[in-house]
Amino acid sequence: MFSTSFTWNDLLFLLQGAWVTLLLTFWSMLLGTFLGVSCGLLRALLPRATIPLGWFLDIFRSVPLLIQFVLFNSLKSIVGLDWSAFTVGCVVLGVYVAAFCTEIVRSGVLSVPQNLRLASRSLGMTYWQDLRYVVIPLATRVAFPGWLNLSLSAMKDTALVMWIGIIELLRASQAIVTRIQEPLLVLCIAGLIYYLISLVVSRLGAQVEKRWQQND
Amino acid sequence: MFDYTFQWRTALRALPDMLEGAVVTFETAALSMIFGVLIALALLAMRETPNLATRALAGTWVSIARNTPALFQIYIVYFGLGAIGLHVSSWAALLAGITFNNAGYLAENFRGGLKAIPDTQVRAARSLGMSSFQAYRLVVVPQLLRIVFYPITNQMVWAVLMTSLGVIVGLNNDLTGVTQDYNVRTFRTFELFALAAVIYYLIAKLIVAIARLLAWRLFRY
Repeated sequence: MFSTSFTWNDLLFLLQGAWVTLLLTFWSMLLGTFLGVSCGLLRALLPRATIPLGWFLDIFRSVPLLIQFVLFNSLKSIVGLDWSAFTVGCVVLGVYVAAFCTEIVRSGVLSVPQNLRLASRSLGMTYWQDLRYVVIPLATRVAFPGWLNLSLSAMKDTALVMWIGIIELLRASQAIVTRIQEPLLVLCIAGLIYYLISLVVSRLGAQVEKRWQQND
Repeated sequence: MFDYTFQWRTALRALPDMLEGAVVTFETAALSMIFGVLIALALLAMRETPNLATRALAGTWVSIARNTPALFQIYIVYFGLGAIGLHVSSWAALLAGITFNNAGYLAENFRGGLKAIPDTQVRAARSLGMSSFQAYRLVVVPQLLRIVFYPITNQMVWAVLMTSLGVIVGLNNDLTGVTQDYNVRTFRTFELFALAAVIYYLIAKLIVAIARLLAWRLFRY
């Protein structure tokens, strides 16, 4: 009664799509974290001077990601950049991630009590030493869960890159659906893969948090 | 290298239709939020019951909603339900998908908010002779709404942004759908979508502003 035309090759195709999803997540998180940490530190340490930066990043949080993809993709053609769709996807997603990461890093840095920083300064640390040995280690612990959530949501948002023509997990599943016409089964498998990735990442994150808390 | 002439007039000519689309977008988001809040409250109640089956159901709902892409959830409704003979329109699929997503996220927010309300209040309400439903309706939920007001606002903005996914399942009367419609006719992709981005930005800011106003009006002591 239960027969399916879903083959091993299809599963392989889905896994390839999942690999693209992971790659996109990795690169965009790398770019986004780098930008986000820089902007977040700036936002926290020079709150007055970087208000315009805050407004600018707010734009990325208030416009749908899908539209950002389309806009940047057409801007790329207008300016004449010869980038692949994958690069465009990474850059747009990276900037999107950076906009959120900035806020996470900012609130992490602001969660370090001012008195603690004053104490480290009066112990004779320079401004940079205080930042390096006191603020950043403490802020990292506060910001880490938020960052982990962000990386999971970035992983889920990679599903939107199908619109600019990258074959990632969800797009791959759609291609298979078009061929074998069993949407429920194929979509469930794709969903299961997403679910497993999320599960593994959040478990790993929980482990890291536990490790860090042992020394507290 | 840069030989593109921007033609904003084409985009501006589409503006009235796009604004109509924006209304559809807002309505869809608002509907999904209303249903989302109601379902989230139900999920919250289900997670508190001693019955294992309802608890597992609510837990599954929340974890699926939070761990898979929103687009996937819309796909499941649109293509998946179509496979078992339930054909839904793209608008209904979008609404159902976003509502599912909203409910999951809101349920988690509510759970956090519920923890902030001391247990003793429920007991006090019960000892005043209220039924458990009354205690929840009159004591817990009003305080809960105050705590989760900000997350709800956030989720509302998210819901508006998520409605843009409707275009992928073929919706053509929301903001992104209308924009895409004009796009395939005029090929002024950048201008049209830039205009759409501006409208989305304004909607998002409008929601935040209204929420501030409401919070100021509702939560004065």
